[in-house]
Amino acid sequence: MNRVKEGIRNFGWPRIIIGLFLLALFIAGPFFGVATDMSLNDVIVRFGMNSVLVLSMVPMIQSGCGLNFGIPVGLVAGLFGAVMSLEFRLTGTAGILVAFAIAIIVGAILGLAYGLLLNKVKGDEMIIATYVGYSIVFFMNLLWVALPFKNPSSVQGFKGQGLRVTISVQDYWFHQISDILAIKITNNFVIPIGMILFFALMSFLVWAFFKTKTGTAITAVGSNPDYARAAGINVDKMRVISVVLSTVLAAIGMIVYQQSFGFIQMFSAPLAFIFPSVAAILLGGASVNKASILNVVIGTLLFQGILTMTPSVINSAISIDVSEIIRIIVSNGMIVYALTRKAR
Amino acid sequence: MPSPGKRGRDMKQKSQSVMRFLTGSAVPILFITISVIAIPLSNYSGLYLAREIVTRLCRDSFLVLSLLIPVMAGMGINFGMTLGAMAGQIGLIFITDWGINGAFGLFMAALIGTPIAILLGYFGGIVLNRAKGREMITSMMLSYFVSGIYQFFMLYLCGNIIPIKSPKLLLSRGYGIRNAITLNVAGGFDKLIRIPIGKVYVPFGTILLIAAACIFIMWFRRTKLGQDMRAVGQDMGVADASGIKVEKTRIESIIISTMLACYGQIIYLQNIGTLNTYNGADQASLFAAASLLVGGATVSKATIPNAIIGTALFHLMFVVMPMAGKNLTGSAMLGEYFRMFISYGVVTIALVLHAWKRHKDKEMGRALLREISSENTGK
Amino acid sequence: MSKENVLLSVENVGKQFEGNRVLKNINFSLEKGKILGLVGENGAGKSTLMKIIFGMNEIADTGGYEGEIYLDGEKINFKSPLDALNAGIGMVHQEFSLIPGFTAYENILLNMEKTKPSIISKIFGKKFETLDRQEMKKIAKDAIDTLGVQLDENALVSEMPVGHKQFIEIAREIDREKVKLLILDEPTAVLTESEAEILLKAMRKLADSGISIIFISHRLREIIEVCDTIVVLRDGVVVVEKPAEGLNVRQIAQWMVGRDVAGRKAVQVRDVDISESNKDVILDVEHLWVDMPGETVKDVSFSVKRGEIFGIGGLAGQGKLGISNGILGLFPAGGKVLLNGKELPLNSTFNALKGGIAFVSEDRRGVGLLLDESIDWNIAFNAMQVQNRFIKKKLGGLIKWRDDKAMKECADKYVNALQIKCTSTKQHARQLSGGNQQKVCLAKAFAMEPSLLLVSEPTRGIDVGAKALVLDSLRRHNNENDTTIIMVSSELEELRSICDRIAIVSEGKIAGILSPDADTAEFGLLMSGLSNLNEEGEEQ
Repeated sequence: MNRVKEGIRNFGWPRIIIGLFLLALFIAGPFFGVATDMSLNDVIVRFGMNSVLVLSMVPMIQSGCGLNFGIPVGLVAGLFGAVMSLEFRLTGTAGILVAFAIAIIVGAILGLAYGLLLNKVKGDEMIIATYVGYSIVFFMNLLWVALPFKNPSSVQGFKGQGLRVTISVQDYWFHQISDILAIKITNNFVIPIGMILFFALMSFLVWAFFKTKTGTAITAVGSNPDYARAAGINVDKMRVISVVLSTVLAAIGMIVYQQSFGFIQMFSAPLAFIFPSVAAILLGGASVNKASILNVVIGTLLFQGILTMTPSVINSAISIDVSEIIRIIVSNGMIVYALTRKAR
Repeated sequence: MPSPGKRGRDMKQKSQSVMRFLTGSAVPILFITISVIAIPLSNYSGLYLAREIVTRLCRDSFLVLSLLIPVMAGMGINFGMTLGAMAGQIGLIFITDWGINGAFGLFMAALIGTPIAILLGYFGGIVLNRAKGREMITSMMLSYFVSGIYQFFMLYLCGNIIPIKSPKLLLSRGYGIRNAITLNVAGGFDKLIRIPIGKVYVPFGTILLIAAACIFIMWFRRTKLGQDMRAVGQDMGVADASGIKVEKTRIESIIISTMLACYGQIIYLQNIGTLNTYNGADQASLFAAASLLVGGATVSKATIPNAIIGTALFHLMFVVMPMAGKNLTGSAMLGEYFRMFISYGVVTIALVLHAWKRHKDKEMGRALLREISSENTGK
Repeated sequence: MSKENVLLSVENVGKQFEGNRVLKNINFSLEKGKILGLVGENGAGKSTLMKIIFGMNEIADTGGYEGEIYLDGEKINFKSPLDALNAGIGMVHQEFSLIPGFTAYENILLNMEKTKPSIISKIFGKKFETLDRQEMKKIAKDAIDTLGVQLDENALVSEMPVGHKQFIEIAREIDREKVKLLILDEPTAVLTESEAEILLKAMRKLADSGISIIFISHRLREIIEVCDTIVVLRDGVVVVEKPAEGLNVRQIAQWMVGRDVAGRKAVQVRDVDISESNKDVILDVEHLWVDMPGETVKDVSFSVKRGEIFGIGGLAGQGKLGISNGILGLFPAGGKVLLNGKELPLNSTFNALKGGIAFVSEDRRGVGLLLDESIDWNIAFNAMQVQNRFIKKKLGGLIKWRDDKAMKECADKYVNALQIKCTSTKQHARQLSGGNQQKVCLAKAFAMEPSLLLVSEPTRGIDVGAKALVLDSLRRHNNENDTTIIMVSSELEELRSICDRIAIVSEGKIAGILSPDADTAEFGLLMSGLSNLNEEGEEQ
């Protein structure tokens, strides 16, 4: 009985409640005319789309830099990579690979600056990360308007200047990853094996990284920075490495999202990814300084599940659109809850 | 590193205080520089700018003032002031529904909003007490969370469980408040005492209210509770050891801040004239925080002049930027994006400087102690 | 002593923490207007006794205390320090309890401010009364004048010299309306000689005005100078309660430290030559200073022979803990340290570790362990990071892969050798008992196979059985591997049982280096910093 109680306490009541809620929605779905296969399809696709973004939270949490509210730094690198790939008019595999390459390089550079900044403000990382994220989005907004992009599908037609708010990748590398080894189960249900594999690949890389000497050091820094210092570890350097890693992963994750969604969402769109990504990993069981890949998987599934199922089921049930509000309350409530727990 | 003696130390202290002045004023200086460049670019006339500044000062200062007390109590920037703003909006919706007009209507809205603000402030205070050391990020997330609940309240409960008389306020489906409501109490305070100075109409009614808030804050600092808050804001451990109820004092600071934000939002909206039901309060804390920080305040020290001067400076930039951008580059969008970038960037820089300075001060403090103690023992 | 004159009467007071007895049968009394000097080593029970008198929460939280304490004839039953304050007891702690951004008078009257009522306060409550700053300044000035010190009541505490801060603390306590008893815990520790004189004079003045004082200090000269009675605590028991008249410093030092010679184990025959002629020095420390808050090191020089077990003792806060922390680069340090004849760059933990020094910190939970990681991580971590052990190289050396299997083997080895009680090497360090956690810290150091091992407070807070085992393993490591050990401890007996030489640190400097079988009084004198003063002869 004690083990069960301790298990529940560790897992946390909010997660159990949300898990049961999700289960209830799935069961209730068919009664309200929501096709189960379509639901499953949506949840799995959205899992694939968001998983790498949530994965990007792990390195910074492990190193003690806290929840990465500054994920837009990596996201704009992803946007840049995508848009540049379009500028080169590259399609298919080449297109997406170049997008990745540019995103990774830009992400690494931005991540380096971001990491150095965070080292100067130990203790206030989260609020500053939030504002850095906002600032960089609006700074990039200036660039999206001002930089000389040429591709007509990217640039605003007629008298507009700069890039469009949403750019279609339909003709370029739409579903480039998603369609790899896709398995069709029903008309409404196509499992994007490619995206799942891609996430598995990224997770493997993250897992492997944390099994190296450097990765081990980073975990120690997040677990007890004083201990790490006393072991001769350069705490600042480890933190910067973790920030670069998180930023690069976020850049990659942005492109994965785009290829599935079919559009590159420019301008202030990255801001909409912050709280959902943070909430997802918290929902999966992570704390402010400890996160694992299991947290990523559970959290993304639960969170995207709620986001998908709530509108379709509840809207059908009571004919009202509560989706947006549920999303706001769940994601932000989860974050407030995590912030008020005692740090170990 | 041996100390060169007291003279050397005095020189170092002097250069340190110059550094301190620079880092403390970096944000206002940066801001003034940008404004000085942008104002001539915008081609706005002095009169136009004067009118705009007066309007915005009277409209926005009260909200900025609501941030002062939590800073004093060591809670940093209270991004949760949005909760108070929402309370004020609820008050306005009701009085609009009940058809109460004029300044009296505004006071009634304040009356209705007050208990809601107190409740929300109390809740906010409790949450923040459980997140010591991370108050700012928590208050920010809390405001988003409560905003969701507020929207639920507005979208589903109003017109259903909460009776709303006039159908003008409701959505076409029969319940839920409309997105935008024209306030018939618009100008309730502004029009109260309008006195022209030169060619600019100055709303003295509103100014009286702002002055009242300033007097309240100045008086509050002199009270026992104010002194307790100052102590708690500087060192919770010492305050606790001396018998001050730290938790309670912190909650009280948030309650006061939330109440002031409630009234501030009412003043803001009576000037704007329309209420944006669902997203109206979203930017409130960002702009208030930016104004305060631009005025030279930091996360641990904020005065009334910081608030007033900051509001004027911030909104000056805000007004001027789009036009400056258009004249400079031909795109008004650039100007708008730039002003948002500046707004966020200012807060970022202020937060970073404050955190960095705190670390530096600690280092310097210890280095100084080292030198003094080594001199004392004649090393 | 007549009954009416007795202010404080402590009768048969005892205290234990979870089976560990800290105080036993404490009996003494203090008359009104008299000063009692309380003397004792670390761990003698002074702070615990004061915490009991002052009603601190941790006493009640850990089972309360035995015996009775009477204040002014009434039995006390304090639930919190506030009760003690209201009953007239004031306590000035060693760590400053001041608000840096407030002025002196604001601090002196902290939460005791004088206020004037207003209309609003009549409606909304006393909290809204306005401060009467004029009155506050006057009261503060009075308190400062009583102490006889020159201090501007309008000065900000953050800009004040350390000595003044101490006076403000005291001014705050005497300012309380009904103060009858004042407890001063090492008040002269941060004062210069002249400031200490002023304080002693002020104490006399206060006592003459009727306030009783308990004066805790290790500066025996001051104790003799100002106290009426002296109480010496040793190992939780009152060994002496005597009027101060006629006592000399050496006697007090002896009582403070002395133990039966018969109780000590015979010192082992050691084969390390600790004389001057042995030039095989592994560590040379010259004029080391370390800025460790609370354990400042001002100017320390000593050398350690290879293979020696070198002990460093001294009272708490005198600097002994700062020495190892400084050498290991955990706190800012300066001076010169030679390891094996080569200069070791200071302020770099990595350098020290790479040079073959391993460190067991006195802060077991804060610095010594990763509480939320497994035992094998804790044991193998330093060796992995500094010496690249437990690493498998892959891709031609490009990737350093953690060898979990080797880590487990190493951990198993030490779990056996040190008898670490755990469910498995995967158990989290947080769940182990104090003694077993300490063994894990030791294992971490041993796993690095160091040539020099710095151990601070190796047996603090662990049970007797584990204590013996820890000391034994240190001795064995030194014997078998010729590891030089520098052991810092507040337990003199421990040092005397295994060290070749023992240095005593006082006021941030080495007061002297003694042989383990030197006279106990010698140790006591060194700890009180007296031999030091005698030699130098000059005051600051």
